[in-house]
Parts: sequence; C-alpha cells; structure tokens
Amino acid sequence: MTLGKEEKTPAVTEDGGYLPGTHPDLPPPSSVHGPVHWIKVNLFGSVVDTALTLLAVYFLYSALTFLVGWMFINAAFTGESRNDCRAVADGACWAFIGNRLSLFIYGFYPEPERWRVDLSFVLLILAIVPVLYEDMPQRGKALTYSCLYPLIAAWLLVGGFGLEKVSTDQFGGLMLNVVIGVTGIAFSLPIGIVLALGRQSQLPIVRILCVSFIEIIRGVPLITLLFVAAVMLSYFVPPGTNFDLLVRMLIMVTLFASGYMAEVIRGGLQAIPNGQYEAADAMGLKYWQSMRLVVLPQALKISIPGIVNTFIALYKDTTLVIVIGRLDILGIGNSSLADTKWQGLSTEVYIFVALFFFFSCFSMSRYSLWLEKKLHTGH
Amino acid sequence: MADTESRTETDAQIESSKGEDDIIKIVAMHKWFGEFHVLKDINLTIKAQERIVVCGPSGSGKSTLIRCINRLEEHQKGQIIVDGIELTNDLKNIDLIRREVGIVFQHFNLFPHLTVLENLTLGPIWVRNTPKKEAEELAMKYLVRVKIPEQAAKFPGQLSGGQQQRVAIARSLCMNPKIMLFDEPTSALDPEMIKEVLDVMIELAETGMTMIVVTHEMGFAKTVAHRVIFMDEGEIIEQNEPHEFFNNPRHDRTKMFLSQILAH
Ligand SMILES: Nc1ncnc2c1ncn2[C@@H]1O[C@H](COP(=O)(O)OP(=O)(O)OP(=O)(O)O)[C@@H](O)[C@H]1O
Ligand SMILES: [Mg+2]
Repeated sequence: MTLGKEEKTPAVTEDGGYLPGTHPDLPPPSSVHGPVHWIKVNLFGSVVDTALTLLAVYFLYSALTFLVGWMFINAAFTGESRNDCRAVADGACWAFIGNRLSLFIYGFYPEPERWRVDLSFVLLILAIVPVLYEDMPQRGKALTYSCLYPLIAAWLLVGGFGLEKVSTDQFGGLMLNVVIGVTGIAFSLPIGIVLALGRQSQLPIVRILCVSFIEIIRGVPLITLLFVAAVMLSYFVPPGTNFDLLVRMLIMVTLFASGYMAEVIRGGLQAIPNGQYEAADAMGLKYWQSMRLVVLPQALKISIPGIVNTFIALYKDTTLVIVIGRLDILGIGNSSLADTKWQGLSTEVYIFVALFFFFSCFSMSRYSLWLEKKLHTGH
Repeated sequence: MADTESRTETDAQIESSKGEDDIIKIVAMHKWFGEFHVLKDINLTIKAQERIVVCGPSGSGKSTLIRCINRLEEHQKGQIIVDGIELTNDLKNIDLIRREVGIVFQHFNLFPHLTVLENLTLGPIWVRNTPKKEAEELAMKYLVRVKIPEQAAKFPGQLSGGQQQRVAIARSLCMNPKIMLFDEPTSALDPEMIKEVLDVMIELAETGMTMIVVTHEMGFAKTVAHRVIFMDEGEIIEQNEPHEFFNNPRHDRTKMFLSQILAH
C-alpha cells in the first residue's frame, strides 16, 4: 500500500499545502488515538473523573485481594470435616466440595455403574464437535452419529439390552442438569423451527394449532408445567403403565423451550426479505428445499443470539426439577448443607454451583459470538 | 450491441413460424389484489425467440404481469399458457413452467449466505439433479459469459450492484430456461454499472433467447426489442415494433409517457 503511494511524490505549494492530487496518506495525529490518549480522556478527563477512577481502582483492588485470598490463598483443600478446614485456614473450605464431588456429579447413580455416565459425557463431547465445527472432515458421517447420540446416551444411562437397569430416580447432580439441558437443547431447536414455520403456514388449521401451542406454552410458568408433568400427566396414561417421571419432565422442558424457540425463529424468518422466497420459488425449489437451503440458514443466523439466549435460560431452568423432588446439582448442594460435620459452608456450595452454571453458559455465549462472526458474509 | 443483421435473421424466423411456436399465450387475463383490479383483460402472444420490452408508468402493473407468467402472482381470470402448459393451481404445471422460465429481479435477490458459485449451482443440483461437479462447470461457463468468473468464491455482499445483477442473470441461465423475464434489472444500479448489465442482456438477446424485459432503458428497447408494449393502469394500451412505437405513438397516454421519459 505504502509502496504504491511513495511513487506519488507530494508536491508542496508555497504556503505549505499539497498540490491537488498529490496529498500523501498521513498517520492520524497522536493526540487522538492510542491507549495513553484514551486513558487521559476517559479516566482522567476532569477532577471528578480522576477521583472516581481512583475510587473504583481502590474498590476493585480490595475486592479482588479479598476474593483471591478467600478462594485460593487462605483456602483449605483437604480435610474430613469443617473443623479440619478451620484448623489449617480461615478461607474457603473446598475440602467439602472435594469430599462430595462424586455426589455432585453423579447424584445417586449406583457407584459400580458410574463409568456409564462418564462414557456418555465423553460421547456427548464427541457428538457436539461435528455440530459446532462446520469445516471438520467427514462431517456428514459424524453428524449421523450426533443424531444417534441421544439414543446411545439413553441406553447407556438407563440400561437394558445387556446393561444393568438404573432407575431414573437415581439420576441426580450435575448429570441430571446435563441430561435435561442437552435433551431440551437438542429437541427444542427442531421443534421450534417446525412451530415457527407452521405459524406462517398457508393452511389455517396448521397455523391455528401452532399459534395456540406457542401461546399456551408461553403463558404458563415452567414450574406449573413441571407440576403438571409430575401429577396430571399420569391421568392420561392407562392405569398400571408407568410413564417415567424423568421422561415427563424432559418432555415438558423441551416443549417449554420450543415455544420460546419458535418465537425467536419467527423473528428471524420475518427478517428474510420476500425476494429470497421469490427467487427460490422461481428457481423451482420445493417448499422444504427452499426452507432448508435458502430461508432457514439465513433466518437461523439472524436468530443466533435469541436461540442461544433460550438455550442458556433452559439450561439454568434445569434446577427447577427440585420442585418435584429431584436433586440436581443445586439440590444436592442444598441437601448436603444439612450434614453436621460440614455445617455453615453454604457460601462454598453456592459458589461451586454458580461457577458450574457460569462456565457452561459463558461458553455457549462465546461460541455463539464466534459463530456469528464466522457466518458474517458481508451483508 | 445487437447488430441489425442478427435481428433481421430472428425476425425472419419469427415471420416464418406461423403461430405454432407461440411460447407464451395470455388470453383475457385479469388479476386483482383484494378489491384492486391490477390487470385488466390482458391479451398477449409471444413467439419463441421474440424479445419484448414492457414500459409504462409506476404502478401500471408491469411487474405484476411478468410475475404472473411464472406464478409468483396468481391470476384470477383468463388463461396463461407457457410453452403449451396452462398455469392452473396444479402444482405440477407450476413446477414445469418454472423450469422453463427464468426471472431477474430489480434487487437481484441473490442468496447472501451462499457464495456466487453456490448461488449458481443451487438450482441445477436440487431442481435438475445435476451432479455437483457438472453443475459447477456449468456455473463457471455462465460466469465467464457474464464476465465475472474471478468472483466465483466471493459472497454476493462483496460484489458491486452491477456484478450482483450479472450473477443473478447467470443464476437464471444455469437453469437453462427457454424464457427469461427481467423486472427492471438496471433500475437499482448506479449509472456507471447499467451498461455492463445491459451489455450482458444484449449478448443474451443475440443467442436467440425469448426475453420479456420491463425497463425504462429506451435505448435498449430501440436496439434489442422486436416489440414494445406500453401499459397504463393495468391495461396494455399500445404495442408496436420499436421504430413505430417511439416515432409514431398512437395513443395520447403513450405520447405523454414518452415525452416524460425522454425529457430527462
Ligand atoms: N402484493 C400486493 N398487494 C397489493 N397491491 C399490490 C401488490 N403488489 C403490487 N400492488 C399494486 O399493484 C399495482 C401494480 O404494481 P406493479 O408492481 O405491477 O407496478 P409496476 O408497473 O411494476 O410499477 P413500478 O414501475 O413502480 O415497478 C400497484 O398499484 C401496486 O401498489
Ligand atoms: Mg415494478
């Protein structure tokens, strides 16, 4: 760039300006850019600014030193009771979490069978990779595996067909959150897409069904739906048959998220100009082809922030299973506080649970930002 | 530019074919948007390889007319027969006709999430079941024809308006249509890009493509069209071959329209 410009020798006029057409590219004046300038203007622009900046720095400093001290420097990582912790340090007692870690992760899943949970976690990660990375080789085959994963995981976790059966009553802890969260996420997106398309359908019956479904789901709190799942759904199945409570919850959570998902996607669909539908029609694409190849890729891209928002909300809502007596990671934490050996450690427990959710949700949100950037094609 | 020689040649072909190769036949066709009577008693016959320019004031129904030909709009009365197939509610007929008819829109309507090459291969691959490699070769052939093979890997958003419209033309041509419809293909373009698109259209005309072009580019109409149609308030007011149409308009509304459009 500069090479090309150098050939244009700037011709200077008598009063110090340049002749027309010979003005060189100059760097911006140093006073309007650079970090030093930014700090000067934004942090120390006036007496009040300076005072506020110093005050904020002081608070940040004391908060951070306290937190780091409590969480790491003065923390106890080993011990068999709260007293063991207090004997060595007056900060956080992480020994408690370490002591209960398997309970936090597996709930009441029978110990000799826990490898099945581990294996399904590993397989889950392998199933997520092809969904997230569009450029991976052999993606088609890998995606088939991803689609089969829910079945594989269900078999691994519940058992049968050669594996020892594990009742879903014994599911708990982080694993329960992941099972509900992943099921909800995996199924609410396709159901949401179908509902959103149905809401735009030319056929009045389809449209009315979709609209009523979405509005009913959105008009009722999730807790209510979970109570319905726990109590009422059993009226609808023939007496004697056992409709697993966890499955009922999975269905409710998925339907709940689908209702929201449908509205998020409808927003994306509405942003697609009519010309796109017309160009696809004129080309001779069938309805489902033009949706899949032309409309949805664009609509979903626009909807990414809303979709991920729904995912995150769903993931956090998995803790609501506590209302029907299932102990997820938060429930396990709560109940372990009752142990007299470890009394008064609620801060540690809640920080642990919060960190688990924070890192799960934060990675989802980072991924969505990355994806948005990647899919940006200059439009 | 279309040399007069090639034109008289196609003229002769059209003379010689007496009606049997009417590729589009519109008979007593009416269309309403709700209560609004937008097209009134349209009768129009177009022969294979004929090139028609449609003009008329804004809102006169030009776009609606050509969009009826490939069923982007539905007519309520009368007949539209394209290449021997009548447009009815029968989805199979609509499909057949859409395979024969390409359309180029004012605002290009390229698919922004696909590269130029993918835009061009989408139709051949999914509608015509062409193998991917073959479809790509076909696409490159048409990109060369519209003079932008080097842009194949870019996304539409990275191209200029003129380039985008040429991609749109190539995309339609990839479907190997018998008829091309153009709805004001240059009116969303900056002046310096109009020529590059018109040049591509003129070259297309020289290949003998049947074309119906809605445009206000009167220079294009004069050199390329066999027939110019003037529409106002949903009716075909006047149609004639270009020389007569411009030098000797019969109808007062045509005269007024021409004086307005040629004034600037
Ligand atoms: N989908 C629609 N619903 C209702 N009215 C419409 C619709 N599309 C077009 N119209 C109306 O039909 C009339 C004809 O529209 P059309 O687009 O065919 O005009 P045009 O001749 O192409 O005009 P322009 O030169 O502005 O493109 C206009 O009055 C327009 O407002
Ligand atoms: Mg128009």
